[in-house]
Amino acid sequence: MLQFMNQFGIWIAVFFTFSIFSFLYKDNPFYKFAEQVFVGLSAGYWLVYMIYNILIPNLFSKLITDFRGNAILLVPGILGVLMLLRIFPKIQWISRFPLALVIGTTAGISIVRSLQTNILSQITSTMINPFASDSIAILIGNLLLIIGTICGVYFFYFSKKQEGISAIPSKVGIWFLMISFGASFGYTVMARISLLIGRLDFLLKDWLHLIK
Amino acid sequence: MSNDLKKSILERRLIFITIFVVVMLPLIFPLGLKPEITPLVKNAFQMVETAPDSALVIISFDYDPSTITELQPMAYALIDHAWRRGHKVIAIALWPQGVGMANEAFSNVIAKHHPDKKYGTDYVNLGYKAGGTVTLQAMGRDFRNVFPQDMNETPIAQIPMLKNVRKLQDIDYVVSLSAGDPGLTAWIMVASDMYKVKTAGGTTAISAPGFLPYVNKNQQLIGLLGGLKAASEYEAMLSVKGDATVSMDAQSVAHLAILIFIIIGNIKAWQKRRSQNKVRS
Repeated sequence: MLQFMNQFGIWIAVFFTFSIFSFLYKDNPFYKFAEQVFVGLSAGYWLVYMIYNILIPNLFSKLITDFRGNAILLVPGILGVLMLLRIFPKIQWISRFPLALVIGTTAGISIVRSLQTNILSQITSTMINPFASDSIAILIGNLLLIIGTICGVYFFYFSKKQEGISAIPSKVGIWFLMISFGASFGYTVMARISLLIGRLDFLLKDWLHLIK
Repeated sequence: MSNDLKKSILERRLIFITIFVVVMLPLIFPLGLKPEITPLVKNAFQMVETAPDSALVIISFDYDPSTITELQPMAYALIDHAWRRGHKVIAIALWPQGVGMANEAFSNVIAKHHPDKKYGTDYVNLGYKAGGTVTLQAMGRDFRNVFPQDMNETPIAQIPMLKNVRKLQDIDYVVSLSAGDPGLTAWIMVASDMYKVKTAGGTTAISAPGFLPYVNKNQQLIGLLGGLKAASEYEAMLSVKGDATVSMDAQSVAHLAILIFIIIGNIKAWQKRRSQNKVRS
């Protein structure tokens, strides 16, 4: 039975893989069917997962086993219920309160950490002595890092019209930005091909057994 | 439908078929291309290599099945490397489906390379926790309060390898295999910048450029594995011919084909513009 179910699962996966690939020819009912099944299944999976792995262990179980000790959990529980009131048009305004709390708390927690990680640490990491290393490659790399950072940031300085000499760093900044976009595009191609490799690996290995 | 549009649709389909074939053939007939090791991967490898014997490490499985082609080979290689060095691996997941990814990775590496490894002594799966950054910050204050039990509901106090773990700072290094948010960014913010725990990351190729600035003088990230290429480099450093190494043949041939298409496309665009200019003049 287990063997049959495994094979059945593989055939279903093959069917959906080809249904999705068929969109490359043109839009068709197989693609639409596969797309809608995916959306429906994902929503159902998430709902069940959240109930069994978040709500039950973190809220219901604790309240049932020790209500007095965990009474504070009623606060997030009630806020969660208030959030669901969005589905009733007349009282959907109530859902703004828990939403405001979530946004405020998240911003409070994230701002300090983001400032440290994404601004202060990033700035200090570019404050380097470019001539500290004996290696020519590292020296060039350090100089590019400093020039690229300054010119890249300068490109986004819009308070004064950039013309004449003041436009030069901006143009250098554009070059750095273009090269970084090119690198990002290269990485994107690699990621997309990886997805295709994953599907083909499944078809050739698990379905057709052409590769080990 | 105009002739130009018909031709463009036909050309697109030809490109799809060509890419399909050039990716498929190297999977069936591997070429055995060798990857060149990059400093980003070497740094991550060195972080694992130089950690003390019996080090306690966290591998965070922050992804789901949609990105297994890129991230699962990294998980295999990192677990294999950690076990070769005698490290104890703690798996956690900031994504719900990461729990299953971790279980599959442990089973795979045990079956292929380390049949002697035991759950609770050499590795443990603590399961999924919602909350991202907030959860990680709480781990820095009290690890056991965040993870009172593992995914099998065994209390942490009864798991031998976790007897000395009280805070995130008791961990020797962290590697987050991340396909989005919450994931590597949260680990950099909390583990690396806040608690000064050595941190490395493995990401999908598409998000790798965004994390490159964190590999810097301040060592916010010690090393970074970006996509399938990096996974194959790590396998090469371990002298293992794994899934990523085989897949990289297909990846390389596909990139070559795409380069050729880009060149052809540019020549055609240039010719079209030239003929339009001639008509105008």
